[in-house]
Amino acid sequence: MADNTFTLITGRSGAQGTGISWGKEGEGYREAVQLVELNPADMECLGLQEGDAVRLISRYGATEALCRPGNLPTGLAFMAFGPVANQLTGAETRASGMPDTRGFEVRLEPVLNRRGVDKR
Amino acid sequence: MQIEAAICAFCGCLCDDIVLTIESDRIVQAKNACALGKAWYTAHSRPPDLPAARVDGKSVEVEEAIEAAAILLTKARYPILYGLSSTSCEAQRHAVALAEALGGCIDCCTSVCHGPSGMAVQGFGEPTCTLGEVKNRADLVIYWGSNPAESHPRHMSRYAVTSKGRLTPNGRKNRTVVLVDVRSTPSSRFADLLLTVRPGMDFEILWALRALVLGRKVEPAGLAETGITLAQLTHLAELMKNCRYGVLFAGQGLTQSAGNQMNLSAAILLARDLNQFTKFAIIPMRGHGNVTGVDQVLTWQTGYPFGVNFSRGYPRFNPGEFTMVDVLRRKEADAVLSVASDPAASLPAEAVQRLTEVPLIAIDTHESETTRLARVSFMASTVGIRASGTAYRMDNVPLFLKQALTSIYPSDEEILGRLLERVRELKA
Repeated sequence: MADNTFTLITGRSGAQGTGISWGKEGEGYREAVQLVELNPADMECLGLQEGDAVRLISRYGATEALCRPGNLPTGLAFMAFGPVANQLTGAETRASGMPDTRGFEVRLEPVLNRRGVDKR
Repeated sequence: MQIEAAICAFCGCLCDDIVLTIESDRIVQAKNACALGKAWYTAHSRPPDLPAARVDGKSVEVEEAIEAAAILLTKARYPILYGLSSTSCEAQRHAVALAEALGGCIDCCTSVCHGPSGMAVQGFGEPTCTLGEVKNRADLVIYWGSNPAESHPRHMSRYAVTSKGRLTPNGRKNRTVVLVDVRSTPSSRFADLLLTVRPGMDFEILWALRALVLGRKVEPAGLAETGITLAQLTHLAELMKNCRYGVLFAGQGLTQSAGNQMNLSAAILLARDLNQFTKFAIIPMRGHGNVTGVDQVLTWQTGYPFGVNFSRGYPRFNPGEFTMVDVLRRKEADAVLSVASDPAASLPAEAVQRLTEVPLIAIDTHESETTRLARVSFMASTVGIRASGTAYRMDNVPLFLKQALTSIYPSDEEILGRLLERVRELKA
């Protein structure tokens, strides 16, 4: 991780998958898609605790999410598919039809004095 | 009442051993279903609480909404139909005919999940097999860029890892399981060999694997950026060459990462190479219940699996030109019909912006971000719960899903059939 820059990958999570059926306005889905998982060492480096709000900025857009530790290599961030991560993904498909959905750079900034739901 | 051997259509596994318990026209238990399937059955059997059709937010008769939708679509110069991954092949067939009648585009969720797999198959063929063959024969199973424990929770137990088959009588003990991913996931604990690769390096690794399988020399320095050592890759190449029956399940980690269709092309060529030494197949891990079916229907009707345009009166295929994200990003679409999909919640924000600017018609089984945005919206009955229809499993095996509950809503097939009829009348 250099200059708070991470590689973001998106994908399915269990809670996001069940939330699709129950409705995307449901609390379970909204919580699942608003999380960003980081390596615990990266969180410590940034002074972040689980549930802290962070701002993510990509070349395509910006959004806010709540961080939690995950089993990822340092420098990698993971978010579940959904409207929050979609603020960061790019619509350029380079003649493939597939947008930039994972494996692109995001800058991460702690949002001071704001915490989400503490899951500890 | 109980229904045996029901088929869950949430994901591409299409598990056909579900036992439903029904009380007062509600599914109260879905035995054998995974967490995703249980949520799907339970949520979709809730009593309907929305009007069958709405225009500008007001409840109307279905016929009135059909008329409004038909007028919006026939007035458009460049309409696009999109979605179709969670509905029946019978409905998908009507959608293709509707796109043709309108002279518009038709694209499906494939373009943002396994479209690159389809493009690779067009280029290099598909060394494939059924999940039944995997269950009965496979002694080497590789998940690449896939987390089946969360995306397809019964894939490993029903088909690929712990399932016992004719030539795999001891199930898990008869198989070697390899996971290749950029991170550790809940699936990792099932792996005998776990390879953590750097994001965006899949193509390089697959290409080096091809070289090793074919006995060519690979320089260790060439792998320096991949996160994998030559020793690890050599070990994997030997496992692949020496297995009796190998299968590579390709996940969206391959299709959505840098390289896209080139990653899948490399994986297919690797599987082809391996067939010089053993039997080896590749199967894309298809997500939605009938996203494989929409590729089938589009292909048998137009020759192409997604991203098809009819504006010249005959089908043309060009990913990047006729695909949903591109048509929205370039602001070409002037009307959108979304079927059994939620593009407003699943596409990049820049593409979603266009959905707010043009007439949007949505057909879905429940309220979604897209139905909320839509000028005309229909509630449809869920295929496999409140409607019947055909779906294709991820290995291209078709299965017929039977209706389990009554429905006050028409099916996607009925709505699209009536819309097609009205559009043809207006165009005549």
